[in-house]
Amino acid sequence: MLPLLSGQGECVINASSSPPAVELHGITKRFPGVVANHDIGITVRKGTVHALVGENGAGKSTLMKILYGMQKPDEGTIAVDGEQVTFGNPGDAIARGIGMVHQHFMLADNFTVLENVVLGGEKLHGIGSAARKKIMEISDAYGLGVRPDALVEDLGVADRQRVEILKVLYRGARILILDEPTAVLVPQEVDALFANLRELKAEGLTVIFISHKLGEVLSVADEITVIRRGTTVGTADPAHTTTKQLAELMVGSELPSPETRESTVTDVPMLRVEGLTLSVTDPDGAVRDVLSDVGFTIHKGEVLGIAGVEGNGQTELIETLVGMRNPDSGVITLDAEDISRTPTRKRREGGIGYIPEDRHRHGVLLDSPLWENRILGHVTEKPNSKGWLLDPKAARADTERIVREYDVRTPGIEVTAASLSGGNQQKLIVGREMSHHPKLLIAAHPTRGVDVGAQAQIWDQIREARREGLAVLLISADLDELIGLSDTLRVMFRGQLVADADPATITPEELGSAMTGAAAGHLEAAPEDEAR
Amino acid sequence: MRKFDKDRLILGFAGPVLALVVAFVLSTLVLLVSDRDPFELYRLLFEQVSYSDVQVLIINQAGTYYLAALAVAVGFRMNLFNIGVDGQYRLAAMMAALVGASVSLPGPLQIVLIVVVAMLVGAFWAGIAGILKTTRGVSEVVSTIMLNSISTSLVAWLILPKNFGEQAEGSNNLTTGDIPESGWFPGLPLSPDAGEIYGFTFVAVGCGLVYWLVLNRTRFGFDLRATGASESAAQASGVDAKKMILTSMLISGAVAGLVGMPTLLGDTHTYSLDFPVGLGFTGITIALLGRNHPVGIALSALLVAFLDKASSPLDQFGFEKEIATIMQGLIVISVVVSYELVRRYGTRRQQQKVGEEIAAGHTLTTEKEAAL
Repeated sequence: MLPLLSGQGECVINASSSPPAVELHGITKRFPGVVANHDIGITVRKGTVHALVGENGAGKSTLMKILYGMQKPDEGTIAVDGEQVTFGNPGDAIARGIGMVHQHFMLADNFTVLENVVLGGEKLHGIGSAARKKIMEISDAYGLGVRPDALVEDLGVADRQRVEILKVLYRGARILILDEPTAVLVPQEVDALFANLRELKAEGLTVIFISHKLGEVLSVADEITVIRRGTTVGTADPAHTTTKQLAELMVGSELPSPETRESTVTDVPMLRVEGLTLSVTDPDGAVRDVLSDVGFTIHKGEVLGIAGVEGNGQTELIETLVGMRNPDSGVITLDAEDISRTPTRKRREGGIGYIPEDRHRHGVLLDSPLWENRILGHVTEKPNSKGWLLDPKAARADTERIVREYDVRTPGIEVTAASLSGGNQQKLIVGREMSHHPKLLIAAHPTRGVDVGAQAQIWDQIREARREGLAVLLISADLDELIGLSDTLRVMFRGQLVADADPATITPEELGSAMTGAAAGHLEAAPEDEAR
Repeated sequence: MRKFDKDRLILGFAGPVLALVVAFVLSTLVLLVSDRDPFELYRLLFEQVSYSDVQVLIINQAGTYYLAALAVAVGFRMNLFNIGVDGQYRLAAMMAALVGASVSLPGPLQIVLIVVVAMLVGAFWAGIAGILKTTRGVSEVVSTIMLNSISTSLVAWLILPKNFGEQAEGSNNLTTGDIPESGWFPGLPLSPDAGEIYGFTFVAVGCGLVYWLVLNRTRFGFDLRATGASESAAQASGVDAKKMILTSMLISGAVAGLVGMPTLLGDTHTYSLDFPVGLGFTGITIALLGRNHPVGIALSALLVAFLDKASSPLDQFGFEKEIATIMQGLIVISVVVSYELVRRYGTRRQQQKVGEEIAAGHTLTTEKEAAL
């Protein structure tokens, strides 16, 4: 399986003209009792996009913290542009031209782009016209298309990310570390980001790209280093590697095939939505339909996937179903009971499980311990409470069970949710929701930001519950996930369900074109109509 | 796991200790700059505590402060800033005094009636701000401040002799009339000449216990804390945010209604023009310093009451007693700064630690690993 993957011994430069941008050699980092990084060797050539992939907890972050000067290695050497360096703090790394774009943006919303960029770097080019000139220069040189006077709060996620990149470049970075940059982007934005990365590369900059999304890694990277259990297990040439091979290298074993298409769909409707319409008033006063006449049925044991570019009404649909928004008209029936006007808590007690799109906003209390997060959303249900009283003991015990069964990596249940990685927060949420045996699971991007191993696990859990009659509404930007998991597919465009498709035969490309509104109706000429 | 708990405890104390140390240093500097001998002052303050009558004064004052701080803390726990405790307790005390003076029920019933009236009036006054916020989106900070001044004027008008007030012969003071003796809350004499500890102080302690129980052990308390921690997450979890805002405003107001009770039931037995004012604002300081924790609030209430009462005889020794006010101000500033510093440090530290523990493999055993 691995002929195309060279062992780490070969991760040393060939005698070429210029020294590599970054060369890590024999990096070992021990924490009390155990080794987080062990004898890691990576060579990143100048002017390339180098991807670093590995499961959560494989040691990627530790390694990047070492490279960015946030932690010191116990052994091993770092060479930047052929010169041995030691970093005491990120300032040292920045001075050597290394910049980091974090997964969560660190921008002041009420400042303009210009103000955000110069913030903390006032000494470089001042805060006035010189800074503006420099920003425009950088923006033009790399095709970032940044507007210096726009307020950051008015910018979308992708634009904010470009501001973050610009911030790093403004400080003179020649080597950029991007930590899971695509986790927050929709496919089109990912393409745009990759175009930017190629520009950077063309200008001789070096990009180190950390990602879980192997398809993306293959499309953008020039070289890939795989890390498993704290050490480099190999490098791969994206031109000759498949995602499956890469994933197996990452996990260290063969992956279960994602396609197990035995149908569990019954003809008992679990959720019926009819004529759901919702309009909102924009800040500028215009009234806009975000949902118009949406109707569908999900049966017991069925996964209904909704595809669509983000912002076409999916969020509003979910929030209406959960009861956080009141529709203007339409009927929602759960298990033969009209819940159109039922408050959120009653709906959740009535069997709606909810994996929210934005887990920090809707899924967890970041500053509360894990066991309190286990109570969140199910405070009226066992084992969290008895009558009006909480039952912290039972809740704690059950949290420990979830942590065990759902493989949440944490030293204990008293730590705050904020101290877990996004993937582990997500596993906790999935575990919590599944623990109450929902009738209907509303899953928005259930595996976003989750590593490959955990992703497969979450899929398995959804499939297993489906076999027992769970109905699932799945919304995802990951088209492979949608197609692989759904029994029925719908496409949402401008607040309407415009097309439907059979996941057994549809390709991501066909689905993608319907998502942009280019196609409607039934997406392929299947002889029989699907169950409605 | 134990380690995290110990850490949290240490960090929990680090904030207040840091704040007090900084405030102490700043106070000393202020005194030195203004050419006063700080150590003589501190000696005098502590000497006061050794007198049993001052001890009683401090405890009584602390009980009142404790209730005011609890009222504020209820709001704080769900991100509501009830600045209006001051207006709420004054209006409540006055109405309760009026009712108490005009009705005569046997023994405990009279007390219960007065207390219930006070709580209802406090809740009503706070509820106005709650309704404004839930229906019109008016910030409770603005509305409660305004309600404070409305309440000041309202009380001044109601207590006029032509309305409900009384003016005693040969006095400029206006009162609401005396509450019959059945409505006096019995106190606890500490020693013959030291005065009594208000009986209502023990009610205040009970309120602290109830506060802790409700917040930490009931579903309602969980919803309230969740709303305070993240309104959006609480909403998604099924909390009706508007109902929650209104309910907690009502509770906060009801507790505020109790603030005047120790004085009214234990000492003055009437509401008059010289009824204590400004307790609600002191309550904000104390709730902040005590981190909204019932025990923390109790300790801070004692501290502030100590500064208040121990400073009053300072004039005799050539110190201005306003020094105590300066010290309280310095404490507030230090508290705000040091708590935020400690909070940020704590979050970062825990993230780092969890990262290290996980990297070190010290996770709870997962099923997968257990199967190996």
